[in-house]
Amino acid sequence: MKSFHNIAELLRLASERQLPVHEIVLTVESEQKQRSKEELIEEMRNNWHVMHDSVKTGLKEGICSVSGLTGGDAPKLYRHQLTGFLGQAAVSAAAFAVAASEVNASMGRIVACPTAGSCGILPAVLTEAYEQGCSEDDITMSLFTAAGIGMVIDENASIAGASGGCQAECGSAAGMAAAALAEIGGGTPEQIGHAAALAIKNLLGLACDPVAGLVEVPCVKRNGFVAVHAMLAADMALAGVKSVIPVDEVIEAMDRIGKAMPRDIKETAEGGLAATKTGRALQKQIYG
Amino acid sequence: MHGVFDIIGPVMIGPSSSHTAGAVRLGLMARKVLGGPASRAGILLAGSFAQTYRGHGTDKALIAGVLGMQPDDERIRDSLSIAKEQGLEFAFQKTDIPGAHPNTAEFHLTSFNQNSAVVRGASVGGGNIIITKINDYDVEITGRYPAIVAIQHDQPGVIMNITSILGMGGLNIAFMHVSRKNRGEEAMTILELDEEPLPGIVDAIKNIDGISQAFSIPAIG
Repeated sequence: MKSFHNIAELLRLASERQLPVHEIVLTVESEQKQRSKEELIEEMRNNWHVMHDSVKTGLKEGICSVSGLTGGDAPKLYRHQLTGFLGQAAVSAAAFAVAASEVNASMGRIVACPTAGSCGILPAVLTEAYEQGCSEDDITMSLFTAAGIGMVIDENASIAGASGGCQAECGSAAGMAAAALAEIGGGTPEQIGHAAALAIKNLLGLACDPVAGLVEVPCVKRNGFVAVHAMLAADMALAGVKSVIPVDEVIEAMDRIGKAMPRDIKETAEGGLAATKTGRALQKQIYG
Repeated sequence: MHGVFDIIGPVMIGPSSSHTAGAVRLGLMARKVLGGPASRAGILLAGSFAQTYRGHGTDKALIAGVLGMQPDDERIRDSLSIAKEQGLEFAFQKTDIPGAHPNTAEFHLTSFNQNSAVVRGASVGGGNIIITKINDYDVEITGRYPAIVAIQHDQPGVIMNITSILGMGGLNIAFMHVSRKNRGEEAMTILELDEEPLPGIVDAIKNIDGISQAFSIPAIG
């Protein structure tokens, strides 16, 4: 099967062959890499296990980053899930995302998806789906769909904060997570495309301005926000809401915006939140 | 185009795929070019690496790679003290490399038997890397394919001999790049392959008349 270079092609292949989107991504990968589908599925299942473990580890008390800036918020938020305004699903998903991100900041083991800075988002929405009864097989396969979205973004825009700002990291992860959930929720290929477009669109222009250059402030809590954001994008698409701007054009816009963003808000720790009075004071405190 | 596990992966030690996992891989590549353990490592850092290397643990990650650790090795957080135990002296210096990718590092490595290697590369996101310079040569190696690097005298027939050894070994060349300093002087050939070459293949290439050095760089990740 010919590889795809934009999301429209990927979705068209799925529609024409009446196959799930994940099957197209899996087939292309199997042919390109000359690896069996079973082997690829096994590796993906293992990645899901690492993701799920990073969530579970982060929900325990006592996690703390090397700098001391983050850690311990995930169990707080998790305990609040039944009393929150948003409802249990959203609050616990946010707690899962914060959990995996706190593990990352403490130099623990995670899966970059697509990056470490955004490593809480996919594990969180998929853990939430799992808790709601979704099978491990469906979760594993939905990660191929997420990968397909990420591969196109990587080819046509960027997944690195240093090149495209946080929209490239958390924005991409949101699009990938929304697409995965839309597929799990029974969405058509078209709905999967809208889910990705809706999720990415609302994070365009997001600065990468972490305090002291660490993947902590605002990254850890942002993963929590973005997990909920991705769930809403998936729900919108499954409800029949469409993105007026097609997903590939959203990705083109992401690329243009990333290039236009000033250097000081692209992971250099020179602008934005990093340059605030408190941000600078923390930087001084950490580096002496 | 990157593959599925470049996007959902790698499994790695945090906190940053470009500043930690990619940095470990850059160190691993530099170690490969040197051909073994280093006794000294001078590392120049440019762009975002220069700005934020301490906070992301980039220094620990680069050294972990030079020590041969993989990006999911939980000893990365302790690599600087492990380096001292293993007799590796290191120093970091911030620099400016015009036109370089924001996350660029340049390794100046010396081995215990006084071999040296210069390797420049960039971490381009999601733990993926690109090597842009080996010793005096501008290159472009991603580590996505197993590669063989040969340094040879610029003379007719050397490349034919290399490719016939690969052909006899049943190895298909995915990408090939040849560059030289001047006509009739030293040249470098980089071959990216579809499969990992057996050690015997690299030894056979080393024995070709006109080849002064050859080594393989396995695919990473």
